Amino acid sequence: MSLFTLGIARGLLGQVLGMVIGMLLTCAVRILLGWEAWAAEPAWTVGSVCSIIGFLLGVGSLDDWLKWTKGVPTPFHHGPPVDKPAWTRYFSVDYNHKVIGVQYTVWGILLLMVGGTVAMIFRTELARSGLQFLGLDLYNSFIGMHGMIMIFAILLGVGGMANYLVPLMIGAEDMAFPRLNALGFWFNVPGSILLLLSLFIGGWDAGWTAYPPLSARGPIGYQLFFLGVFAIGLSSIVGSLNLLVTILRMRPPGMSLFRMPIFCWAVFATSLLQLTATQLIGTSFLMVSVQRALGMGFFDPRGILGEVSPMVGGGDPVLFQHLFWFYSHPAVYIFVLPGLGIVSELLPVFSRKPLFGYKWIALSSMAIAILGFIVWGHHMFVSGYNDILRIPFMYATLLVAIPTGVKFFSWLGTMWGGKIHFDTPMLFVLGAISVFLIGGLSGPILSTVPTDFPLHDSYFVVGHFHATMFGGFVFPFFAALYYWFPKVTGRMYNETLGKIHFYIMTPAFWVQTLGQMGVGVMGMRRRIADYDPTLGGGQIESWHMAVTIAGFAIAFGVMLMLWNFFQNAEVGAAAGDNPWRSRSPEWQIPSPIPEHSFPAPVRVVGEPYDYGLADSGYVTTASPGDD
Amino acid sequence: MTATAIEHGHEHDHAADDHHHTGEIDLPTYLEYTRRNRLGMWLFFASEAFLFLALLVTRFYLWRGPHGEVVRPELDQFAGLVVTAVLLLSSYFMNRAEVSIANDKRTDFLASLLITAALGTAFLVGVVVWEWGMFPGIVKGHLKPTDGVFGAVVFGMTGMHALHVLSGVVLILNVWWLGRKGHFSSERHWGVEACAIYWHYVDLVWIFFYPAIYLIGTTIEAPH
Repeated sequence: MSLFTLGIARGLLGQVLGMVIGMLLTCAVRILLGWEAWAAEPAWTVGSVCSIIGFLLGVGSLDDWLKWTKGVPTPFHHGPPVDKPAWTRYFSVDYNHKVIGVQYTVWGILLLMVGGTVAMIFRTELARSGLQFLGLDLYNSFIGMHGMIMIFAILLGVGGMANYLVPLMIGAEDMAFPRLNALGFWFNVPGSILLLLSLFIGGWDAGWTAYPPLSARGPIGYQLFFLGVFAIGLSSIVGSLNLLVTILRMRPPGMSLFRMPIFCWAVFATSLLQLTATQLIGTSFLMVSVQRALGMGFFDPRGILGEVSPMVGGGDPVLFQHLFWFYSHPAVYIFVLPGLGIVSELLPVFSRKPLFGYKWIALSSMAIAILGFIVWGHHMFVSGYNDILRIPFMYATLLVAIPTGVKFFSWLGTMWGGKIHFDTPMLFVLGAISVFLIGGLSGPILSTVPTDFPLHDSYFVVGHFHATMFGGFVFPFFAALYYWFPKVTGRMYNETLGKIHFYIMTPAFWVQTLGQMGVGVMGMRRRIADYDPTLGGGQIESWHMAVTIAGFAIAFGVMLMLWNFFQNAEVGAAAGDNPWRSRSPEWQIPSPIPEHSFPAPVRVVGEPYDYGLADSGYVTTASPGDD
Repeated sequence: MTATAIEHGHEHDHAADDHHHTGEIDLPTYLEYTRRNRLGMWLFFASEAFLFLALLVTRFYLWRGPHGEVVRPELDQFAGLVVTAVLLLSSYFMNRAEVSIANDKRTDFLASLLITAALGTAFLVGVVVWEWGMFPGIVKGHLKPTDGVFGAVVFGMTGMHALHVLSGVVLILNVWWLGRKGHFSSERHWGVEACAIYWHYVDLVWIFFYPAIYLIGTTIEAPH
């Protein structure tokens, strides 16, 4: 078997070839126009566009569409490839949503490790004041890189959970558009490679938010960064479209929207945001990209339109911030809604009680999604936009606390008086609630205009954001990994190691987030590599040291989890079909799940969360003849 | 899970596989797939709407005179009117193509597609040659992309729209080529429908873009 049996190897080759062809094409066009043949920025930009196409062609995810344009039928092949080992399907284009879900998750975890490593590097730099080993520009590139890689990792993690779980939870055989599903995953690979590559051709030193005018003048790395974001954005758009159609059209008879597993509601809300808002980050980055490439001055702030000549000036960098945050604020809800859905999904299972206020939780996800569209301006209180805008944005932001509070209280209501089992997934759910509470309580401080002014652009914001991301995504994601690991592999992870992971990571994270908020109040700026050791009465250095140590402890915990999974995926104790005694459809079928998940169409016979109600079930998955 | 259920499951799998291998699916399945495709297509339009809205917001945000009044650049009004008329007319022929295939009138279907593609191409030529002045030897344009926000927004909006028209023309020609090979029937022509609603959608976008670029606001003169 040669290496190029693997789709990903062909894809990477295609990406390199695409890059070379794109660069040669640029040189050829420039020669034809009578310009100097080589110019770094256009060559890298066109090369990167071609490299994405090259990867997709190489990996083979466009094959079926190309056949359709010729009218060639494309029958589905089910199951592992016939002429190759079964494991190769995970490294090639495969249309089964369970394979794609695993691909998303694994690629997401890989990026999580890269982003974590970058964070460890600059955290080590920050443990002492003064500059130790990182230059100012590299530090800036690293913090931007940490942010963007982690955003990619989170989107992939969300995609992994949604793709794997939603069809199973609604009893569907697969997603509505399996080919689009595979394409959606494979966009991520060339996209994240471009992002990493950008570090080696100059990086991008104005942060992940890419505010012009800095980003319009920064190094070439920005073009690759933009293209990487386009690729991941396309993945988000086609992935969410697919999930929406799957949820709306493929539920079995009897499963009304308010009878779906609650995680599907979270995915539904998050997909609505992803489908629409993602266009805005694409548009805003495209505008900066063409401003750099073609001199189109959208954000070029020279002069007022028409003062000298009607053709000069008029650009406004604040417009970029509006367009950018119109995505990037809802993005935060895209990250946390599925995580909060996991919390709501797991709590009844481990409390052995019905989910408290199902409809309220479902609707609160929708409310958060809708509110997400009208709060972007709270990132811009000090941007110099019209003062009057601050007030509606402040109140709209404070309103988000209401649906979030609904979730918190119904989680408490679910646990109240329940027979709680403290297995590792449940511990991570409880960790998520505690951490998200820290993030939630620090939110109103930042959304209130007078308290935001002194804290804006300080490490307090960093602490708040990390608490919402860990509480809303990382902890629930880890809970989900532990919880569905036996379903995916058929094997049980090591419970003791899982618990050690939890008891290391949770206190470490509390120290990290509260420490970040602390140094922020002392006067630590975001995005500045150095700080004055006399800040906070000379205390700031020891606080920074504590945050750094906590960061390393979290990294150690994550490594422990991955070791645990790696060790037990093939040789762990057999888990059985339903170790958690869940009512959800995916637990009523064998582990690992067969190729066509359900032996017969799923029938809904009860409510999803009636835990504790004797002799009741949610669905039956056997064919009618077996009853 | 009983042994019978597993066996039954295998039968179920094989049945599904056989269906797919023959390449032809039964009509109820086709119609269900079409319903999914249709919903997917409309969600795609919803997504794209945000892209075009972002461009419209950019236009109304940036094209402001010294006193905050809405302004626009001097453009060739006649060119704008002609290309708009051409594009609107093309939607009629696109609709005629879809109705024709639904009634099994193949000649009308293929002819209407070609007319639509020709009108779409005429629109593109009008924008690129006439309005952009891409070939100054033929027509000299009014603006360059580097002419402040007037140039940036005009080329940004018309460029993004032209890209969609271009992809629409490619799609129409592909559908026409497949149609000639006898690929669509009155019952099964999702490909034609998708192409048609995409074309109408791109047309609709222009109905918002045309007044935003050409009609709304006052033109401003350079101070002397």
